Amino acid sequence: MNSTNITRREFLQSSSALVVGVSGAFPAIDALAQNATPKILGPNPSQLDTWIKIGKDGLVTINSGKMDCGQGLDVAYSQIAAEELDVPLSQVIVLFGDTRSSANQGGGSASSGIRQGAVPIRNAAAEARRVLVGLAAQELGAKPEQLDVVDGKVFIKDNPSKSVTYAQLIANKEFSTSLEWNKKIGNDLNVTGLAKPKNVADYKIVGKDAARRDIKDHVLAKEHFTAHIRPDNLLHGRAIRPPQAGASVISVDKNSVAFVPNVKVFHKDNFVAVVAQTEWDAVRAARALKVKWTTENRPLKGGDKEMYNYIKNATPTFTNAVPMFFGKKDYNAQPTFDALKTSAKVIESEYFAPFQAHARIAPSCGVVDVKSDSVQIWTDAQKPHFQRQGIAKFLNIDPEKVEAKWMHGAGSYGRSDADEAPYEAALLSKEYGQPVRVQWSREEGIAWSPKGPAAIISMKAGLDDKNNVSAWLFKAKGFNGWDIKFNAESPEHTLVGMQTGHKKWTAYNYNIPEESYKFANHVHWWETVAPYVEQASPMRTAHLRAPQEMQTRFAQECFIDEVAMAGNMDPVAFRLKHIQEPREKEILEAVVKKFGWDSNYKSKKSGDIQTGRGVALYNGYQSYAAVACEVEVNKKTGKVWVKRIVVGMDCGLIINPSGVKAALEGQIMQGISRALYEEIKFDDNRVTSVDWNTYRIASMKDIPGQIDIVMLNRPDKPSGGVAEPGLVSLPAAIANAIFNATQVRVRQYPLTPARLKGLMV
Amino acid sequence: MSKMTLQIDGSTHVVDVPSDQPLLYTLTDQLKFKGPRFGCGLAQCGTCTVLVNNQVVRSCVTPTSAVANPASKIRTLDGLAQGNKLHPMQTAFIEEQAAQCGYCTNGWIMQSIALLEKNPRATDEQIIQGLDNLQCRCGSHIAILRAVKSARETMKA
Repeated sequence: MNSTNITRREFLQSSSALVVGVSGAFPAIDALAQNATPKILGPNPSQLDTWIKIGKDGLVTINSGKMDCGQGLDVAYSQIAAEELDVPLSQVIVLFGDTRSSANQGGGSASSGIRQGAVPIRNAAAEARRVLVGLAAQELGAKPEQLDVVDGKVFIKDNPSKSVTYAQLIANKEFSTSLEWNKKIGNDLNVTGLAKPKNVADYKIVGKDAARRDIKDHVLAKEHFTAHIRPDNLLHGRAIRPPQAGASVISVDKNSVAFVPNVKVFHKDNFVAVVAQTEWDAVRAARALKVKWTTENRPLKGGDKEMYNYIKNATPTFTNAVPMFFGKKDYNAQPTFDALKTSAKVIESEYFAPFQAHARIAPSCGVVDVKSDSVQIWTDAQKPHFQRQGIAKFLNIDPEKVEAKWMHGAGSYGRSDADEAPYEAALLSKEYGQPVRVQWSREEGIAWSPKGPAAIISMKAGLDDKNNVSAWLFKAKGFNGWDIKFNAESPEHTLVGMQTGHKKWTAYNYNIPEESYKFANHVHWWETVAPYVEQASPMRTAHLRAPQEMQTRFAQECFIDEVAMAGNMDPVAFRLKHIQEPREKEILEAVVKKFGWDSNYKSKKSGDIQTGRGVALYNGYQSYAAVACEVEVNKKTGKVWVKRIVVGMDCGLIINPSGVKAALEGQIMQGISRALYEEIKFDDNRVTSVDWNTYRIASMKDIPGQIDIVMLNRPDKPSGGVAEPGLVSLPAAIANAIFNATQVRVRQYPLTPARLKGLMV
Repeated sequence: MSKMTLQIDGSTHVVDVPSDQPLLYTLTDQLKFKGPRFGCGLAQCGTCTVLVNNQVVRSCVTPTSAVANPASKIRTLDGLAQGNKLHPMQTAFIEEQAAQCGYCTNGWIMQSIALLEKNPRATDEQIIQGLDNLQCRCGSHIAILRAVKSARETMKA
């Protein structure tokens, strides 16, 4: 096997046995990816009818166990299904994330919507066409090979007047056709039929721009978000959080909310909530309820001001060394240390990455109706199928009796707070026997939401006397990447679960970059440090969009510039010299060409404004991305503006170019936001980032002056992920441009005005 | 509890709610409006925006009693389209595909309309400045700016 074909995540998964040996209690990363056939909950993936239904009007409905975070995944799936079935694009709709009608495809995860989630849909659609043509052959008295299909009508090629429509053949009937299921659930679930999907060369619908279908509902205020779900007899719940991280409840004064009509106070272990008949009553009762909490001694140990010292001085809870180029397990770091000792020049830097928040535009909301014999969950969590299992376990109810329906939510960028409110609503609904809607507050949505972990990343490189790289060392030391699991299929992975006694798991992971470059004596490793607070911590970590990849790429892609400079080389030329994958080279070349990268470029000065340019790369999720940007730095205020940006992506076969473009535009803004502004602030006791003033994100003024998007379509390559790769290297590209403008190397993001001002004086 | 009368999108609504209850909860909880939404409850994001006498109002911090009078004409996203006829701003948002998750769309549309009604010749700079206090987490700003610039032309017509 070509070792570079194994992705970093796959390596980490394949190395989980090694991890068990060291930590002693490492659960398999995805227990469902084991060999045994998983228990089927809900529709059987090996039935074609699970995936596709055709109505009497010919409308094709695709049932998907994924969800859409606002990137139009339903449109891309419709294109793929329409293509295979030979029906018009407008005749296909997609239903996402309903546990009643779809198999568990893992929900939103790892930019897998197209690269994994679309594969069984393509196969199922191709198989459906084969079955329908077979039925038509019987109906028309012809052989299948004599038939063709246009717009859902099957006809005899030599006698097109003899025809029958899909609707006539199958409406309200079942395919009753089995598919070969690979016995996996989650992202890796796949099914295949006897039919072979079409050749890319024959595509008519895939690869063309197709518009989103939900925007009209959004602008007409018709879209149903979870927040809009209002079943009869609905109660509104809201939790009360401790003033100090890790504090426990001593007592609850129920009389303190007696002024709110019909209010109920719920208290179990360290979870306290109020339930009322209107949302405002729940809000004011939650504000007024007097709870006595234990006093903790500096649970967050000096807060953000001391955080990097805490990381630096902490004894690692877990260490995992990974050899360069995965697949080689005979890893030995000694040659790297030896090579560094004998190098003519050694370059060494430390980089600092903060805790960051999902900070969805609305905090978590969930509505749950627990009845005596059934439970209905309305959720915008990314993985409704796993959440159904988790809530069943939490309530101690047979999962067969629990159904979850995914609703549109307020953005979704990983394992956010979206999983939290539904668990709380479930607990409260079970207690009071009525449907309960829990809407988190803004403060909960930032301060109590899972976070992307902070880290220090140390880089070291040796150059020989001809400026060739002789050794390369990457080491990340940071907070665990997953204090709670991405799937949330068990209560210990939620705040309320931990507050009611479910003990946090002990799995550790940081990350290393998916490697772009090949150097001699190249070694990577990562270490995790203990969390500040073990149980129910506001600082608990989980997957945040491109988990730990922004942190590691910031170090890697800034350091590459530093080494290039030490060797007197242009940063683009240096990268091109060491990139291994031709596709990655080509996307970088395409981006710098569009940018007009000139190695003789001189940074400009005009009054307080200094202008410079930078570049950075990313590969991952089976895609390749490059960014080049020109920034203006105001030396007096420290304010940075990305004046010009070119983002390029090679994501293999493009299904919907307009969808890829929109996704990349969004990633430019969220990438700028995470690069320039976002960091979780906290003191000894609590998280002090509680709103949009204390957790700033990018705004209208941050829109770059000029934006160019380069998409390299690769019809011969499988589709890669689109939703993350474009944003990962923004902080590095901007930091590199700031250096070019000011000659100040900023090794810590976010690149806030205050931080830059301090460095430039 | 107090009985109050609200003028919303040309209709009269009578509600019986605590007088300090923010308008947002009256609109969403009692009257089932879907455009204005909870985002922060602190007037920091704009997701709850309505127009009152064509002025931008953050309904999450505005007591219902403050606008419960015949002189306060409340406009919402729910009532913006006239039958099948969309407001030019709505059309522009569809044409420019100016949303990802769409949760914050309400604030952007309502505040952009107020801005352009007040200043139909707003420059690009004035639009950016005038919308800078709204939050969008998905990063749809680029497409939204295109849409508002496009609506600036069609609203003139």
